[in-house]
Amino acid sequence: MAVVFDRPQSLVDVPTHFCPGCGHGIVHRLVCEVLDEMNLTGDAIGVAPVGCSVMSYNYFGCDMIQAPHGRAPAVATGAKRVNPDKIVFTYQGDGDLAAIGTAETVHVGTRGENIVIIFINNTTYGMTGGQMAPTTLPGQITQTTPFGRNTETAGHPIRICEMMATLSGVALAQRVAIDSVPHIRETKKAIRKAFENQVAKRGLSIVEVLSTCPTNWGLSPDKAMNFVREQMIPYYPLGVYKDKAAEEEAAK
Amino acid sequence: MEKMQVRFERCKGCGLCVSACPKKLVVIQKEKRNEKGYFTAVCSDQDACISCMMCAMMCPDCAIKIEK
Amino acid sequence: MKGNEALAEAAIRCGCKCFFGYPITPQTELSAYMAKRMEKAGGVFLQAESEVAAINMVLGAASTGVRAMTSSSSPGVSLKAEGISYMAGSDLPAVIINVQRGGPGLGSIQPAQSDYFQATKAVGHGDFHVMVYAPCSVQEMVDAVTLAFDKADEYRVPVMILADGLLGQMMEPVTFPEPKTELPDKSSWAACGHKNERPHNIVNSLFLDAPLLEAKVKERFERYKLIEENETDAELYMCDDAELVVTAYGAAARVAKSAVTKARAEGIKVGLFRPKTLWPFPVKELNEAAKNAKKILDVEMSMGQMIYDVKLAVECRIPVEFFGRTGGVIPTPAEVYDEIKKLTGGAQ
Repeated sequence: MAVVFDRPQSLVDVPTHFCPGCGHGIVHRLVCEVLDEMNLTGDAIGVAPVGCSVMSYNYFGCDMIQAPHGRAPAVATGAKRVNPDKIVFTYQGDGDLAAIGTAETVHVGTRGENIVIIFINNTTYGMTGGQMAPTTLPGQITQTTPFGRNTETAGHPIRICEMMATLSGVALAQRVAIDSVPHIRETKKAIRKAFENQVAKRGLSIVEVLSTCPTNWGLSPDKAMNFVREQMIPYYPLGVYKDKAAEEEAAK
Repeated sequence: MEKMQVRFERCKGCGLCVSACPKKLVVIQKEKRNEKGYFTAVCSDQDACISCMMCAMMCPDCAIKIEK
Repeated sequence: MKGNEALAEAAIRCGCKCFFGYPITPQTELSAYMAKRMEKAGGVFLQAESEVAAINMVLGAASTGVRAMTSSSSPGVSLKAEGISYMAGSDLPAVIINVQRGGPGLGSIQPAQSDYFQATKAVGHGDFHVMVYAPCSVQEMVDAVTLAFDKADEYRVPVMILADGLLGQMMEPVTFPEPKTELPDKSSWAACGHKNERPHNIVNSLFLDAPLLEAKVKERFERYKLIEENETDAELYMCDDAELVVTAYGAAARVAKSAVTKARAEGIKVGLFRPKTLWPFPVKELNEAAKNAKKILDVEMSMGQMIYDVKLAVECRIPVEFFGRTGGVIPTPAEVYDEIKKLTGGAQ
């Protein structure tokens, strides 16, 4: 009998602090599987900003930098510019990337910074107990939208991939999800493409992963996956919004 | 000869593997709690398991190892 | 050479490998000079989208073990406060330049010294200090940058150079040190890719376990004690028999020096104490300067901030008077001279 599935090498063998059924754990594993397969861990530098995933500096087996809230893209820019041969990636939540860090997100896109952004969209601020995020759906109940998000007063959720796709420096903007095994396979492929883009110096790659937050959604892990499927995907259509590599391929 | 091995201490009993298994073999056993107090997943029929890895791919805690 | 440009050139010669800036008067020439020179010198120049992004780029670069620098002016430094606190909390060396301007708010673009508290007492949240150098000439700015990079690496702390618009904009002859080639090896802690040859390094300031955070902070304060014992520096001018000591730093000290020289020429026993390091504040040196003093006159381009450290240093044994102009108004030697006369009743 041969082992056909086991913990990736670059995922540190420690229990995680994530809640049971939280999508972060899945995406962490996928990133590490890609780092293993592309043998990048020794040259990788990860940036973990504030959020549930800040503790990822204990889980990713590459060198890690903890960044202030929203500033991971800037920290990654600094690290990448002075180490162009290293592989730099950020792992950010929606509050971090699409609220406080919006400017940093847009500008690594306009600059075509050669880094990878793993963006976890779970429509909430998990670490602080489930407040409204820029990606909270209309009508969705959160700690700061107790009567459901009223778009008149609390605005509309932001679609990051569509926005980033308009920026010339972006090489890949793709939205995926982890609500089912086929979607998880798709997520891994996207993450792989992102890191390949960085190796080929094509510019910024951002992979937006629709994920779950069972605790703050007040749903079982299973029902949380259904929420992604039935509520989130319709508002945040999955797919590739920009792929320079594919465009180059097609142009040939 | 276990095709689906669950790391007892790492499982958080979230149940994602239960719904992911195409053969509906995975269950949450209620006899014993792990150190963290979770009831953990277990494969109810190792022979029927086809090592498709879907449970392991859904697991957020890398608690499942598959052999074939 | 112009002050702002001398600061930039000095940094390049010290092996500074990257500069992240954002335009703000009165320090913009520094960024412009870096834009011209840095890349040719094999380094990275990048204008960030904001001062917040700029300080975080410094944090990212410094985390990988590279000498990094940023510069700004008062409002920009306020924006960098959080980033500087994170860098102090992650024990990251870097050089941050503040070419001060009138404040608060948008304030004015003329020189001022009203960021003294910010620089020496509370750059950002949490128990920490940054070393603060206060040059008062273009040559001293070059020397300060050279020292700042070395001390930042030695003690693993951010170091601030507190200049002002006057120093930044004026031109004076200057000589540069030889370019530094060998730089300290920081791979023991830096996050620069472990090449699968060592455990992964984590540059981090988050410690949810309170006793662990306390231990980290206390260890840092051990280093601060070393800095306080070894790194203070000041200029004592005609203080030996001075009955009145004028305390001033940076541009204000240049003005005060003229006034002191004039008063001395008329037989008034007055001297000037000029701290070159604002944190650590040169307490020993001030007490040495004021050993015969009956009064102290503190002169600043603000409403009086360093005056607290002066009083603390002499433990209020000696009365400390104040004269200052703020908002970007520069005091004149004549004004300071009049204050000296008032306090010493003219020549005895």
